[in-house]
Amino acid sequence: MSDLNIQHIRSLFPILHQEVNKHPLVYLDNAATTQKPLSVIEALQTYYQLDNANIHRGAHTLADRATGMFEDTRKAVKQFIHAAEAEECIFTKGVTESINLVAQTWGRKFLNAGDEIIISYLEHHSNIVPWQMICEEKGAVLKVIPVLPNGTLDMDAYHQLLSDRTKLVACTWASNALGTINPVKEIIEAAHAYHAFVLLDGAQAGSHLEIDVQALDIDFLTLSSHKLYGPTGVGVLYGKRALLEMMPPYQGGGEMIKEVSFEHTTYNEIPFKFEAGTPNIGDVIAFKQAITFVNNIGKSNIIKHENLLLQHFTSGIHKLNQTFGSEQIALYGTAADKVAVQSFIVKGKHPFDTGMMLDARGIAVRTGHHCTQPLMRFFDIEGTVRASFAIYNTLEEVDILVEAIRNMIHKPAF
Amino acid sequence: MTSQELQDEIIDDFSLFEDDLESKLFYLMDLGKKLPEMTAEHKSDEYIVKGCQSKVWLYPVYQDGKLYFEADSNTEITKGLVSLLVKIWSGKSPKEIVESELYFIDKIGMSRMIGSQRSNGFSSMIKQMKMYAFALAKE
Repeated sequence: MSDLNIQHIRSLFPILHQEVNKHPLVYLDNAATTQKPLSVIEALQTYYQLDNANIHRGAHTLADRATGMFEDTRKAVKQFIHAAEAEECIFTKGVTESINLVAQTWGRKFLNAGDEIIISYLEHHSNIVPWQMICEEKGAVLKVIPVLPNGTLDMDAYHQLLSDRTKLVACTWASNALGTINPVKEIIEAAHAYHAFVLLDGAQAGSHLEIDVQALDIDFLTLSSHKLYGPTGVGVLYGKRALLEMMPPYQGGGEMIKEVSFEHTTYNEIPFKFEAGTPNIGDVIAFKQAITFVNNIGKSNIIKHENLLLQHFTSGIHKLNQTFGSEQIALYGTAADKVAVQSFIVKGKHPFDTGMMLDARGIAVRTGHHCTQPLMRFFDIEGTVRASFAIYNTLEEVDILVEAIRNMIHKPAF
Repeated sequence: MTSQELQDEIIDDFSLFEDDLESKLFYLMDLGKKLPEMTAEHKSDEYIVKGCQSKVWLYPVYQDGKLYFEADSNTEITKGLVSLLVKIWSGKSPKEIVESELYFIDKIGMSRMIGSQRSNGFSSMIKQMKMYAFALAKE
């Protein structure tokens, strides 16, 4: 057991202290979005009350202050992911935009007919569709790493897929639907052996795993602030300087230019080349508080606590299966190495019904295909119920979930 | 009974549960089980009303000036609500269906089921039933 004071951590999250459908809220939809600590909420409020100004150009005090705070977040992101330079961290709307940015700039410039991009069965639609779009446009080919029944990637198949035609491997670090942590070191080293670049979708890894882009030699990494205790509408695209400098701009507008005439425009340096228009200043500034929150607890403590929650849940499910018959609750995603996400189906119950029943007890989970329809088809299911845990969840909350599932199996008759 | 009287009866039944949402859901699922089974060939893609998570099948029959519905859903809670709709509107004239307002959903505490069309086929089903009735009422 970690030494963390979870009750203290919970006290930092005002939203957790409410009743839903006459029950205390049990929030287990953290893979969709995490709740925000007071420090993030207050930073947003303070920004709009005291510091609001457009950044990077003003000759006045407020503009200087806002610019400084905005760039402070960039420095915090740099440290958070151990990038070599803050300029390699570009602010976007979120992971989806970060991936689209790479597909539409790097992809448009460097992909040719017959080139191959490798993705995996575990991908969220946001790491499938942007590549499909650019492959279609350029006549490139999308290859897919298959998945094994326990929800891990078929790494033998991955090595077979790699070739001199491979230009990019775009792969999730941790699966949003199953929780599987992919062997990214092996994925990256193998791709680099073929001079292919690697983009890691870090949406689910961000709040759980230690991130060191230099140690792993990651070419592109994407993050979403709202999945790591920060505001919505902010994301990060990390890219190696050399790569980002070779890429054309994503959108045209203010901020991204150096010099504009009607005949010709020259572009700004990174990161500004990719940040056209007024960015989401307030949310970026508040995002720094989310990073501080995670840093203060420490990733290793977070991993330890969340693993405990996950194990408590799976052992609770195993006990129910022992009591009521082994097939009552099917677990999807049983890899040894996982983030705190567990998909399941209660026998004979559509996930939508299970989700509604849990909600009646104040328990928030996600139901459906989790934007991973190809993966759901692999398991021959329409969707699952997904419980995903965060640092503020407790063992008691896991018990409440398990008890609610037990009640569903043994429902009262009318 | 008119569709209004039927709605009032349903509201009365549900009032026993007060604000116990879980019991209401169990009751709905039970009601769904009592919905007459759809004729197999009517439960086809042609008659599907799709939602993001729950599917609803709806087959209309027009006979002697009355509209009848066969329906089903792949989720139990939606099926329970579907059974209530069938109870209220099946066997009514198109005019009555077009003119009747569905107030029972809100009164039994299920308004969220019609709030998000993306998540379930139930609200699409209501629209579809109204459309059938509207087309017939115009004739």
